[in-house]
Amino acid sequence: MKYIDEFRQKPLGKNLAASIADAVEKGRHYRFMEFCGGHTHAIFRYGVQDLLPPEVEMVHGPGCPVCVLPISRIDQAVALAEMEGIILCTYADMLRVPGSGRVSLSKARAAGADVRMVYSTQDALQIARDNPDRQTVFFAIGFETTTPPTAVAIQQASQEGLRNFSVFCNHVLTPAAIRSILDTPDAVPLDGFVGPAHVSTVIGTKAYECFAADFHKPVVIAGFEPLDIMQAILMLVRQTNEGRHEVENEYARAVIRDGNIKAQELMAEVFELRPSFEWRGLGAVADSALSIREEYADFDAEKRFDVELRPAKEIRGCECGAILRGQKKPLDCKLFGTICTPDNPMGSCMVSAEGSCAAYYSYGRFRGAE
Amino acid sequence: MCLAIPAEVVAINGDMATVSLDGVQKDISLVLVEGVSVGDYVIVHVGFALSRLDPEEAAATLALFAEAGVLKS
Repeated sequence: MKYIDEFRQKPLGKNLAASIADAVEKGRHYRFMEFCGGHTHAIFRYGVQDLLPPEVEMVHGPGCPVCVLPISRIDQAVALAEMEGIILCTYADMLRVPGSGRVSLSKARAAGADVRMVYSTQDALQIARDNPDRQTVFFAIGFETTTPPTAVAIQQASQEGLRNFSVFCNHVLTPAAIRSILDTPDAVPLDGFVGPAHVSTVIGTKAYECFAADFHKPVVIAGFEPLDIMQAILMLVRQTNEGRHEVENEYARAVIRDGNIKAQELMAEVFELRPSFEWRGLGAVADSALSIREEYADFDAEKRFDVELRPAKEIRGCECGAILRGQKKPLDCKLFGTICTPDNPMGSCMVSAEGSCAAYYSYGRFRGAE
Repeated sequence: MCLAIPAEVVAINGDMATVSLDGVQKDISLVLVEGVSVGDYVIVHVGFALSRLDPEEAAATLALFAEAGVLKS
């Protein structure tokens, strides 16, 4: 497939591996965080780690929206789904994340709740149009990639007067999460970041310039194909060697400095910053998430329905929090591969197609390391 | 969640487009992008085009992979 196959060519991968091995300074340790779960999965799927010299260590970041959503928000979604007359729509990954008492949306559905998986916000709108006697709630999650489509849906519902549609908004912001990781007092020391691919199509490379300037960390925006990631690692090694800390763009075929202005304007029309939002692993992070503006309050499920946010406990022994901060690896968790597997996940990092634990488990690379 | 795929635009109808990915066709929304024509490749995510792929930049990046190498192919 065009723009995919070319970025997976083996000879070029070997070439880049040799270049990285040649570029690293012997005796120096390079620790880079790939923020996105999409990058983590590509690294494991294609064995990128095995192509890197021992000097380069990749630390997996919190860029997995399903993983970072706290149990209390999942409990709220389950409570909404269990209300009489509600159809709760969400993206596929959300269905299997266990909430309190290990009740997931999928279990709520088995017990009779009307929970539906959608591919797009447009599907959720259509469900609302087709079921005028019932309330359709879209459980919205995700970083800046899924946020503009939610904004579009809210504006469409407003224009159509679709009174039985609302959004349970859990959209979160990438730069706030990066800042939180850098601000953590006992943070894992990092030499730089492989920056998000598709989030950056929306927010642009300029959104990361503060990290280069304020924290002196290089950031290289990279596509999700294996050669993209290897090229970005090479660029990070070179920046580290030269003592530079700049934002560089490996994914120039899809990302520009300003990002997608149209999408940014749309988000700003519909959403505003939440003063604080709870993240799994990162705790309460200021200005890190979005809520629906007053003008669109009629479409805000948190205002329409009375669903209390109650504190919830993490599953005992689950290390998702430390893994999301980059402080632990999946193999450091006692539950990993024993009672927690993709078929029977305990923590969110094992559920999502972007979670670190699922990446470790699914591609089986940890087995060779034992 | 942020995984998105490059797909070729084969038809445009107002704010909607039909894209083709290895022969599989799908209708997506173009409301988030500007200046997309038939034949362009767009990054498709949850039913929306998020950005238009720049063929020249793609070629430049591929050239970078090859030239960066210390191995000669």
